[in-house]
Amino acid sequence: MHDKTLAELARGLAAGDFSSRELTSSLLERIKRHDPALNSFITVTGEQAIKEAEAADALRHKGEAGILSGLPLAYKDIFCTEGVRTSAGSKMLDNFIAPYNATVVEKLRHAGTVSLGKTNMDEFAMGSSNENSYYGPVKNPWNPTLVPGGSSGGSAAAVAAGLVPAALGTDTGGSIRQPAAFCGITGLKPTYGRVSRYGMIAYASSLDQAGPMARTAEDCAMLMNAMAGHDARDSTSVSRNVPDYTQGLDKPLNGLKIGLPVEYFGEGLAPEVETAVREAVRVYESLGAQVIDVSLPHTSMAIPAYYVIAPAEASANLSRYDGVRFGYRCEDPVDLEDLYKRTRAEGFGDEVKRRILIGTHTLSEGFFDAYYRKAQQIRRLIRQDFLDAFARVDVLMGPAAPTTAFELGSRADPVQMYLQDIYTIAINLAGIPGISVPAGLVDNRPVGLQILGPHFGEAHLLNVAHVYQQATDWHQRRPEIKE
Amino acid sequence: MAIEHANVLRAAHLARLGVSDAQAERYVDDLSRILEMVDRLSEIDTDGVAPLSHPLDATQPLRADEAIEADRRDTFQKIAPATADGLYLVPRVVE
Repeated sequence: MHDKTLAELARGLAAGDFSSRELTSSLLERIKRHDPALNSFITVTGEQAIKEAEAADALRHKGEAGILSGLPLAYKDIFCTEGVRTSAGSKMLDNFIAPYNATVVEKLRHAGTVSLGKTNMDEFAMGSSNENSYYGPVKNPWNPTLVPGGSSGGSAAAVAAGLVPAALGTDTGGSIRQPAAFCGITGLKPTYGRVSRYGMIAYASSLDQAGPMARTAEDCAMLMNAMAGHDARDSTSVSRNVPDYTQGLDKPLNGLKIGLPVEYFGEGLAPEVETAVREAVRVYESLGAQVIDVSLPHTSMAIPAYYVIAPAEASANLSRYDGVRFGYRCEDPVDLEDLYKRTRAEGFGDEVKRRILIGTHTLSEGFFDAYYRKAQQIRRLIRQDFLDAFARVDVLMGPAAPTTAFELGSRADPVQMYLQDIYTIAINLAGIPGISVPAGLVDNRPVGLQILGPHFGEAHLLNVAHVYQQATDWHQRRPEIKE
Repeated sequence: MAIEHANVLRAAHLARLGVSDAQAERYVDDLSRILEMVDRLSEIDTDGVAPLSHPLDATQPLRADEAIEADRRDTFQKIAPATADGLYLVPRVVE
């Protein structure tokens, strides 16, 4: 059962081939057996999962099951889940039991899904390798000496290893698409505002977006049907009709105009990744698509702009962790300032501190205009590049990351690590949707093809990805895991 | 713009983040390299370009100023480090 997609499991449950309880028990057993080597979960909620599975089975007996009823999934530990630890991968929230559910958790529970637990992540979603978690690094199921990508690396590794058929992630600068690429799964970052951010622990509020991570585009579409939509509790959520993302998945791609950004195929791109991506584009041509070279001239400014805007927003968002109302508090503070300073010094890890310091510095008197205002102006130019490109083409394609998964501990320099996100970060600055689909293996390391669309173009992206997955079998490849 | 030891200590104080002198020295190096990368932004002419703070260029919606949430003080205070009589306890501020 662990090899099946959500769609296949849904059909199996509907046909009575197995119950949700059987499916859930089997996956919990698999997590127990394999996760100690992967470290992809922070918290496994086994008892609760069995209860939820039994409730889903009971509904099915009454003929009241929906399409997602009884299907197991897991949440990145950044989504608040009532009564369950929600740590955001940080010592600061190691003792935090969320008193409410995030909107996406509530929606997916309402749809009948079964939560197996919370997946490991870079602390407060800051990282590209999952080495910044208080709970230790996650290992890539394709090779345990490699990183799974970050910051949703726990979700990606758990899906790739068949511990869960789907998981939720969040993407602030590529944190769904890059780990999806490194682990050989499918990950969708929706348009900013398409999915509620309520109950999602904030890193950079104008960039963070929740999205599905699963084996196929079809599975992502099924999850998006339950997740997407306006939420009055989230002032950044967009009020706009939600399409049925599973409709139109098979629509032929004749006449599809694909733009290849020239900046995505230059210096820094590993040749073997480029070969795999260009081969994927050739598959699209064979399906009737037309390929056009386009330019996104401000691409090289995306990382500098991001490392002003994201830390600035993070420094504000993380000011709430002060040891007063929830989370970690230092021992025996002598006064209020000591309480704040020691709590935050002891509760945050190195990368988080680095970003708080950068953010606070660039927002401080004398530096604001040179950094923050300038970055926000360049953000507009980056967004305009995409709008200009989408006036000429339907989608853009390129690599999700410049390399395949790299060795754990191999990127000690933070700036070198930040460059990992060169092809993903601009998408968050512009707020457009992007999906990464498996498109090859190089030395048994997965390669991700990134497909980008205009704002609210998720349904078309899922269609474009799904048709590719009908024509290829990269999404069916699995890492070898000794049973 | 290079960052100096004093800038790091100032930022740490503003962020209420405990950083020792020795730690600040290490951050000077890290933060300088990050700012060196960020300084490339100045290569682009942005005269007349309006800053973009929301990717959809949307404005913040406002709702009527009415209380809509239930009082959940007891629930929220259960997860606090220290409380008494419905208040959060911190070290004494005024002697």
